[in-house]
Amino acid sequence: MSWRARREGISGKPGPRHMGSVMNAERRNLISQGLLLAFGLIGPFLFPHYIQQITLLWIMVLFALTWDAMGGQMGYNSLGNIFFFGAGMYICAVTQIMVAGYDVGEYTSAFGAIHVDISDGQYFAGLFLGLAVAAVGCVFLAIILGRIFFGLRGPYFAIGTLGIALAAGELIGAWDWVGGGSGISLPLYPAEADFFPGSGDDESMFFYTLALIAAVATFLFYQWLYSTRFGLAVNAIRDDEEKAEGMGIHTLRYKTVAWASSAFFMAIAGGIHGNIIHFIEPLEVAFPTVTFGIFMVAMALLGGKGTLWGPVIGAILFHVIKEVTWTHLLGWQWIALGMIIIVNVVFFQQGILGWMKERWPEAFGVTVEGAPAQGSETGGGSN
Amino acid sequence: MWDNLSILTTHAPVFNIQLLLDGILIGAVFALAAYGLALVWGVMNVKNLCQGEFVIMGGYFAWLMGKAGLHPILALPFAIVIMFGFGWVVYLTIIKRVLTKDMFTSLLTTFGLAIVIQQALNLAFGPEVQAVQSDFHTLSLFDGFVTVANIKFVSFVLCGLLAGAVVMFMKHSRMGQAIRATAQDARAARVMGIDTENVYAFTYSLNAAICGAAGVLISMIWVIQPFYGITHSIRSFVIVTAAGIGNLPGVIMAALGMGVAEQYVGFVMGAEFQQASVVVILLLVLIWRQMQMSKLRQVVQ
Amino acid sequence: MSGKKLIEVNGVSKSYGGVVANSNISLDVEDGKITGLIGPNGSGKTTLFNSIVGYHPIDEGSIKFEGEEISKLRVQQIARRGLLRTFQQTRIYGKMNCVDNMLISIPHRKHGFFDMFGTNGKADRDKAEHLLEFVGLYSKRYLPSGDLSFGQQKLLEFAMALMNEPKVLLLDEPTAGINPTLINGLIDRLKRANTDFGITLLVIEHNMRVIMNMADKVYCLAHGEMLSSGSPDVVQNDQRVIDAYLGAH
Repeated sequence: MSWRARREGISGKPGPRHMGSVMNAERRNLISQGLLLAFGLIGPFLFPHYIQQITLLWIMVLFALTWDAMGGQMGYNSLGNIFFFGAGMYICAVTQIMVAGYDVGEYTSAFGAIHVDISDGQYFAGLFLGLAVAAVGCVFLAIILGRIFFGLRGPYFAIGTLGIALAAGELIGAWDWVGGGSGISLPLYPAEADFFPGSGDDESMFFYTLALIAAVATFLFYQWLYSTRFGLAVNAIRDDEEKAEGMGIHTLRYKTVAWASSAFFMAIAGGIHGNIIHFIEPLEVAFPTVTFGIFMVAMALLGGKGTLWGPVIGAILFHVIKEVTWTHLLGWQWIALGMIIIVNVVFFQQGILGWMKERWPEAFGVTVEGAPAQGSETGGGSN
Repeated sequence: MWDNLSILTTHAPVFNIQLLLDGILIGAVFALAAYGLALVWGVMNVKNLCQGEFVIMGGYFAWLMGKAGLHPILALPFAIVIMFGFGWVVYLTIIKRVLTKDMFTSLLTTFGLAIVIQQALNLAFGPEVQAVQSDFHTLSLFDGFVTVANIKFVSFVLCGLLAGAVVMFMKHSRMGQAIRATAQDARAARVMGIDTENVYAFTYSLNAAICGAAGVLISMIWVIQPFYGITHSIRSFVIVTAAGIGNLPGVIMAALGMGVAEQYVGFVMGAEFQQASVVVILLLVLIWRQMQMSKLRQVVQ
Repeated sequence: MSGKKLIEVNGVSKSYGGVVANSNISLDVEDGKITGLIGPNGSGKTTLFNSIVGYHPIDEGSIKFEGEEISKLRVQQIARRGLLRTFQQTRIYGKMNCVDNMLISIPHRKHGFFDMFGTNGKADRDKAEHLLEFVGLYSKRYLPSGDLSFGQQKLLEFAMALMNEPKVLLLDEPTAGINPTLINGLIDRLKRANTDFGITLLVIEHNMRVIMNMADKVYCLAHGEMLSSGSPDVVQNDQRVIDAYLGAH
């Protein structure tokens, strides 16, 4: 680190040195975004056989980003964010069935024996309405749960949220109206729909596009959100919530917005994923607490929590490694997963971006200008 | 649901005794695991989320013993000794490195460990739900309205003996005193020449051993399955949260209450709600704690 | 300056278990003045501070801020009324840099819901940098504040408090842990915060020289009770105060 003995006027502008690194960071950000989006657009044409996996990749990116908004940026480590995924999935499914004109109770008790006979228009209307209702519904759920949970700190919050996700799976499993443990089969994608002529698999392309849009929207939303006062406030809550309260920050508001935004995108991801799978059931698909629920934490930690790009990088790395090695592990994959989490947390907690920040602090805007402040008694000049 | 409720209130009130008895007898085992959690939490500030997995591991010792044609209760000393060793290994390889880090690190690490243990048990023993046969007689009371397997009384007595042994150990042995000193002020303990590393390792291993013993008992009076651990973990967490760390009578009372409450929910609402009831109780306890703290202008942390 | 009372503490008692930390304490903080609070270790100064800013409930008595009873309010509500405190063990947002620490300390009391998503304007930035200059941390403004020394963190916390434009600032031992050569500069800054920014101060201080230099009125606590109060000269020469300090050592 260079300690340049140069006194600066207090012009209110960042010094040139810092300005430079800000510019670099912005350029890096833009280039990364461009590359990622380019891959998003041409990926399915380059690897047409892996379109399902790439779709899941975007959902994973969304997972990691939404978890990080709570856990990384705000320091509220939720182990139960997957709750909103499942809740969104179910709300979406129920809405779709209603729009298709069926009674939900009758539909589910037939265990998929009802062949849904709906027009294309009805299908897409149901799907998009379902996603919207799911998103709004989960925002409300997050607001209500926030009232209950935001009085809890640290381990209590983590375990309380974990409890919510586990209980949701159990309770939905006992709720016959939504099919109980045997789940719901969703309306099929219309055979004659042809949004992507020549793709051969219109359904996969359609849901791929939805997942891509959802992930990009999530990224852009958080990029904007962190650039506002919100970003500083949630960081302050992470660093010292008691101090933040003592400074008069409306902590409950910020926390509620953070969770509600997370719930909003998780619900959409849930709705999309449910329709990709076609068949939803509570324990494995809707509320997979020990798979997706813990993946999102692992991915955010791997990439570097509390950063915008960390979760994205973590999600991509994690997902690629997982997809490549999974089938070769012959039943040991879950043990490997647990091991990865342990090793990640114990030995590489700061994540990739955190490590880079320690290695090259100046690239991240950590600079010292002028003489060391200690001993400088010449602080006058203002006012 | 209303049918079962009316059984309890009007048709056969004596059945309440069945639920109470079952709840208390099983609650005693919960108390054991919860005491272990309170120990590691209080001494090392580790929120051990693989608590339940240790319990289930203990259960499989009894199951193996039964397979080998011996009485499952003989697994108790093996479970205690082997789980103690296992705890020590886990401490040295993993827990030791997360002690100084923040709370979420230890929580997540032990959650990762929980996944590893679950899956390993699943690979080794398969996903079937197992109940270990103890071949004890069943006690029949009130003209057969209330039936209690004798093994439950045996397990209750064993619980009491184990808990008593641990308490005596904590009070009178040198290691027990060192553990209590470290819990109060680790730095002062270090300055006074206590090897806190050793104390931590011992505490964690002791917890694993206690859980192992609880698992052996659970497997004989209830069921085990590789993935049932998480409910045990949350249950222990609820009990410790309700009672407070370092409050042994509180832990025992909360655990017995928990056992009874679960029996009632399971009977009145149906067995599928029994697991969910643990979480609902967790939420109620957390809300109650918040209201309590809010009177003091504080939050639960 | 008017003689208006900003904070009125009336007959406040607080005990922890059997230990009486404050017993029937009354004190007033006048608008625009610097009020000092002294007393030997364990005399209940910080307890009184915590009672005023709402960190714990009080057993008896009333605490009023601008005529409004605040002893039942929460920390945030009190802070948003313009009553702020710094901590004896300095508290800042350690992973954020100094500028960000300052920018998030803007007064939140005027904020509506959508101000959460606002950005900080040039005026806020300028003010943040001016105040960092004021406490001598300008050159380190892009360092993570957790990397600063204890004394610098203390200065940063002071600057953050000024950024918040409080009506009253409660300072818990502002000179503790600060290099003695810097204390004069700090006293000067505290006084200027009072005169230039018009912030009323209530200061806990161990360093007699500091408090006698600064305060318009001094209260002395001992064993949880109010021992003496008045102008610095009066308190300084009060035999009970001298005994309390000597007896405590």
